[in-house]
Amino acid sequence: MSAVGATNGSRVLTKADFQSPVETRWCPGCGDYAILAAVQGFLPELGIPPERTVFISGIGCAGRFSYYMNTYGMHGIHGRAPALATGLAAARGDLSVWVVSGDGDALSIGGNHLIHALRRDVPVKILLFNNRIYGLTKGQASPTSELGKVTKSTPFGSADAPFNPISLALGAGATFVARTLDTDKQHLPAMLRAAAAHPGAALIEIYQNCPVFNDGAFDALSDKQTRDANVIALEHGEPIRFGAERELGVVRGTDGSLRVAAVASVGEDALVIHDAHRDDPSLAFALSRLADVEGSATPIGIFRAAPREAPSAGLAAELSAARASFGSAGLERLLNAGDTWSVGG
Amino acid sequence: MRFAGDSGDGMQLVGGRFTDATASLGNDLATLPNFPAEIRAPAGTLAGVSSFQIHFAARDIVTPGDTPNVLIAMNPAALKANIGDLERGATIIANEDAFTQRNLAKAGYADNPLDDGSLEGFVLRRIPMNTLSQRAVEGMADVSARDALRAKNLFALGLLSWLYDRPTSVTEGWIEKRFAARKPVLEANLAAFRAGWAFGETTELIDVQFRVPAAHDMPPGTYRTVNGTTATSLGLVAASVSSGLQLVFASYPITPASELLHELARYREAGVRTIQAEDEIAAAGMALGAAFGGALGVTATSGPGMDLKAETIGLAVMLELPMVIIDVQRAGPSTGMPTKTEQSDLLMALYGRHGESPLPIVCACTPAQCFDAALEAVRIAVRYRTPVILLSDLFLANSSEPWRIPDVSTLPAIDPDFASANGHEPFEAYARNADGARPWAVPGTPGLEHRIGGIEKSQPSGGISYEPENHQAMTDQRRRRIAGIEVPPLHVDADPDADLLVLGWGSSWGTLRAAVRRLREGGHPIAHAHFYNLNPLPANTAEVLGRFRRVLVAEMNDGQLVRVLRAEFGREIDSYAVTQGRPLLAAEMEREMLKRL
Repeated sequence: MSAVGATNGSRVLTKADFQSPVETRWCPGCGDYAILAAVQGFLPELGIPPERTVFISGIGCAGRFSYYMNTYGMHGIHGRAPALATGLAAARGDLSVWVVSGDGDALSIGGNHLIHALRRDVPVKILLFNNRIYGLTKGQASPTSELGKVTKSTPFGSADAPFNPISLALGAGATFVARTLDTDKQHLPAMLRAAAAHPGAALIEIYQNCPVFNDGAFDALSDKQTRDANVIALEHGEPIRFGAERELGVVRGTDGSLRVAAVASVGEDALVIHDAHRDDPSLAFALSRLADVEGSATPIGIFRAAPREAPSAGLAAELSAARASFGSAGLERLLNAGDTWSVGG
Repeated sequence: MRFAGDSGDGMQLVGGRFTDATASLGNDLATLPNFPAEIRAPAGTLAGVSSFQIHFAARDIVTPGDTPNVLIAMNPAALKANIGDLERGATIIANEDAFTQRNLAKAGYADNPLDDGSLEGFVLRRIPMNTLSQRAVEGMADVSARDALRAKNLFALGLLSWLYDRPTSVTEGWIEKRFAARKPVLEANLAAFRAGWAFGETTELIDVQFRVPAAHDMPPGTYRTVNGTTATSLGLVAASVSSGLQLVFASYPITPASELLHELARYREAGVRTIQAEDEIAAAGMALGAAFGGALGVTATSGPGMDLKAETIGLAVMLELPMVIIDVQRAGPSTGMPTKTEQSDLLMALYGRHGESPLPIVCACTPAQCFDAALEAVRIAVRYRTPVILLSDLFLANSSEPWRIPDVSTLPAIDPDFASANGHEPFEAYARNADGARPWAVPGTPGLEHRIGGIEKSQPSGGISYEPENHQAMTDQRRRRIAGIEVPPLHVDADPDADLLVLGWGSSWGTLRAAVRRLREGGHPIAHAHFYNLNPLPANTAEVLGRFRRVLVAEMNDGQLVRVLRAEFGREIDSYAVTQGRPLLAAEMEREMLKRL
């Protein structure tokens, strides 16, 4: 796919500008290839040149992502990419900062950094590759592995309930939360576009196939035969419906909970209209739990995009200006502040 | 002298006020605050005793003093907790009102020590401070009995200010400013302070008044009083100004390092960005992320926080980015004694990371010298593209002394020397300069896009490499680059015929110097040298050690520097190593040195 270049001054950016010369090495068939291609294909349209773009990754298969981008990049330590990115964003308000992480990296060892980056609404875009397994360490259960999942580390089935990353992010106060699929060549760039346009922290959960340790985990969502029945495509301002004939819809029950009903029996007017922009995250949260509702399906799309004026927005620029005017005279003033006395010589 | 009372009695406050008044007189001084870990320990108990010691003189002072000449005991627990530090003949000023049956029992006294003769040999002055403070506000309509009682620390301060002839204007000005919004409290405090002064002047209970004239042997200049926390903070700001780098300081609250965050958070005018991170790990990560962006990334912590930062420091070693990690050491292991001082993180700073990951270590030796130590840490970090650990400690952080304010134009220049396109396509991120340092190429610079990470690098490209020879070469490179760092020579203060060299590092400087003075006064030749740079050690260290028949290393740990020196130089070295959570005392060091003469 050749990207349509956006102009940056006189410079036309193309996909090639974002491709590093390093040979890409993931397992054959890994979903990461598709995500990499989508990201490299999308970035030119932002008009931000590679030198002002930074990818910071953690540890795991997804961690290699930064090496394959011809931007500035840092392959950090396990789980800490959001912390590294927070420091970078604090120092530099002029960069486009992206974090690439996996389900083990972001939700297990790095859970604390993830939730705090979201609550701070740090202007970074977090791509969470969720394959529901530990790949690089060769197949242990991850914090998103399903209950009962048999893996090398859980030969009798996983006894631990999985995280729902969307619910977790919303609970942490995330202002932008979306979900997409590695192989969806239209939907994935659309989510990247929306995240890039969001001023604060944005989290995109990307369902990513691991062909070696958890192959086919998302086939039901990506397969042409089954996806209409299993995927609810969320569209802001649209009634929430799905099914091969779009015959099913989401309605609010008398107890306030969301449930699935046949559109024919409840009528189109009864369907819940998706509102991603509302300040109150409760609808987004309820939607994030839909996959657990009987007869329901897995929502993809933007759950929440509710930008807010972050208290620290513009702080980097403000401090940079303060520093410029402080200088030696300011330092002299600061050193001599308070009660001083002179000893004659 | 030492103010001691319950932690709710405001002892740190009056200590600070007395310090300011003393500084304004031009006395040299050194202070030693000491407080419990509990925020509100049960009132009146030994656990709740808080104290503030100040040593001041008309001559150059180097320690807060071993044994106070005057102890102000605001309650029985304060007396009990501190009496052991006094020598016979010392003056005890006791708040008689607080020596009630109930308070005596809380402190574990069966009989009242003010009455039972157990204080014989001390000069005891019993003063009913509660009563006198309350009487001072009689007739003031707005002042409650509670406010009057709470002002008893100001009564004590007034009395001591009279005893040592401190100026009242400094303290009165402070009271008026501090309590401007609370008129009744202002009035109560002012009245109590003045009553304390008047009490000293008019009663015959205290029959001497001391006059300590301005210190005569301090170098000319403008001075202010600083503790190590302020000096470190100012040093970092100075480094930011002289390098032109934005200071990004990230830390997680921990005693006693939190004070650095509090201090730096106020310096927005200097463009300082502070972040209270979610944990110690994140704080280190944020500092390193900022460094990647071309800022001066600094994190600070104490004891347990260093354990957590080790992983990120290792990454910084691999990334070869400038970064400063400040460890305000406290007594360990584990939670240990968070409000007590120690020097027990040296070996951790040297070796506490997996793999071969050498880095430079700088230490601060006096509260005011923290300023220079911070600048030195930044200088090394930036020039050699490396994380630097700056070892301070709780004593330095909290202790105050006069600081000769440096002339800004004399501060060392620090050149970040950011990379510009070096003609190589693609950019070589691990090319080397004469120091062995790699280019600092910051995002935003066209043509220098590069990827770095924790995986072993090859040089000069900076690409990933698992080649056996490459890993060896990189290990050698990292070792040589750190070992080759230029640091100032070890300065020796030696008598011509000295046999014994006393060596120390960090905050023991003052104590060792005081002990050395005492020995000299007694006619004993002696030599003292102190380390400011612990990795690499000064180039002349071997030569210095070789000049003395005996070498003694004194430190507040279980013998860490001595281990390094023995291993490095293969010679016999004596060790005096103690972990009691307090600074070494000049008297004990004098004894240890005498033993070895």
